[in-house]
Amino acid sequence: MKRTARRLVIDRIACTGHGLCAELFPEQLALDDWGYPIQSPGPIAGGDTRHAQRAVAACPALAMRLEAARG
Amino acid sequence: MITDIRTPQPTPGRGRAGRPSLEGAHGERLLAGWSRTGAPTELPEHLDRHGPVPSFTAHDGEHPLIEEIARAGLAGRGGAGFPTAKKLRAVAGAKRTDRVVVANGMESEPASAKDKTLLRLAPQLVLDGIVLAADAVGARQAHLCVAPDTGLDQRLRELVAERRALGIDPIEITVRTPPHHYVSSESSALVNWLGGGEAKPTTTPPRTAERGVGGLPTLVDNVETLAHVALIARYGADWFRERGTAESPGTTLVTLTGAVAEPGVYEIEYGTSVHDILELAHPVGDAQAVLVGGYFGTWLPAAEAAALEYSAAGLASAGASSGAGVLAVLPPHACVLAETARILEYLGAQSSRQCGPCLFGLPATAGDFAQVAFGQPDREGTERLERRVELLLGRGACKHPDGAARLAASALRTFAPHVRRHLKWGPCPAAVDARPLLPTPAETIKDGDWR
Repeated sequence: MKRTARRLVIDRIACTGHGLCAELFPEQLALDDWGYPIQSPGPIAGGDTRHAQRAVAACPALAMRLEAARG
Repeated sequence: MITDIRTPQPTPGRGRAGRPSLEGAHGERLLAGWSRTGAPTELPEHLDRHGPVPSFTAHDGEHPLIEEIARAGLAGRGGAGFPTAKKLRAVAGAKRTDRVVVANGMESEPASAKDKTLLRLAPQLVLDGIVLAADAVGARQAHLCVAPDTGLDQRLRELVAERRALGIDPIEITVRTPPHHYVSSESSALVNWLGGGEAKPTTTPPRTAERGVGGLPTLVDNVETLAHVALIARYGADWFRERGTAESPGTTLVTLTGAVAEPGVYEIEYGTSVHDILELAHPVGDAQAVLVGGYFGTWLPAAEAAALEYSAAGLASAGASSGAGVLAVLPPHACVLAETARILEYLGAQSSRQCGPCLFGLPATAGDFAQVAFGQPDREGTERLERRVELLLGRGACKHPDGAARLAASALRTFAPHVRRHLKWGPCPAAVDARPLLPTPAETIKDGDWR
């Protein structure tokens, strides 16, 4: 079964730079000099989805969510 | 009756006491009254020239004015250049039937004067546009937002009262004065403030068309855009398209500033060359560079800028956009790095300090840039600057960091040889001695200043 690709959306106002996300989802996230996420573009698919879901769940600021990737 | 902009009336662009004012001489459509009488348009004169506000009969399909605006191809004049008809349709088609119109006359760009000038000289066109847009989207509430330090609000309230007393406006337009910070004129910030919150940008979605002031679907349009709506409603899409290009139809207001003898606001036709536009304000000496768009804009070498067609496509061909409608001429004896460093410091101070990349990244970028402009920069610092500029892109809730990054990147790219000169020899004489060309008001924003 082919699952739809998703994308990670960061609420930049809610984000307070804890930085857990980059540890849990290094495939698409890195941190800048102040600990705020730098996101590589592109949809998330396959095994990466689990990592992305873990990052979303672990964010102490509830600043991330997964959405269906737009066409 | 309409003056051709290429043969403008010889009204000098000077205010009282012969001092250069920011109210330029030339206007064909929006500023027609000014070029004919030299005075702000009063209501009788406005009605005499343009006739009453037309009324539209609703039929089964789309509101006829929205159709007309779509045919006219009007694009927003607040900076983003979004098609106005699309915005109107989004609000007109919203589920909730109680809707709001917000006219944005904040003009937070320090180098721009077009919206203030329009509100001073042709306020009736803006008020017409507000009630027409409200009718088109089905709004019963309308706000006109202007900066508190302009003194425009009192005059506008009198005009609104005069029109209400004469039965011209079917709804009451409320004149409001939100806090005047750079990011407060962003549409989500205005909507947040009008709804009782702080004048800070908010996370989108939801878009203001879906959930705006008080949770109601809200149309936020720049005041110049609404003034064009007032003209399109009267004269139609074909008339509107008699000026400009097929893709950028109509006329628009620009602020010409910097090394020009007659700085001010001019109404120009899209498709005119940047060279011909700048000639209106009589450039002084050989220009070195032109800042296109304002503080979120793009530095271009003067010769490259001059050859461009002033239109969305023409400016895009050089990686620029009309933005807030500013064209600032940099004279030969100025340092583009010093000018840019001051603007970046200003933009950093104007951040609403909500998103990490803007709160930390923007001041750090401004600091690195100041080091290149005024200090003894090393290669490591310059590379860090280039990396930090990149990291401002797409990382804020609003486009404040993106705009600053665009400005910084264009200065570094366009003036790479000058950057190398600073790297090798330290600040150039102009960076140290030349008077600042572009205004960067010093202001510390405190926590309570957003409400």
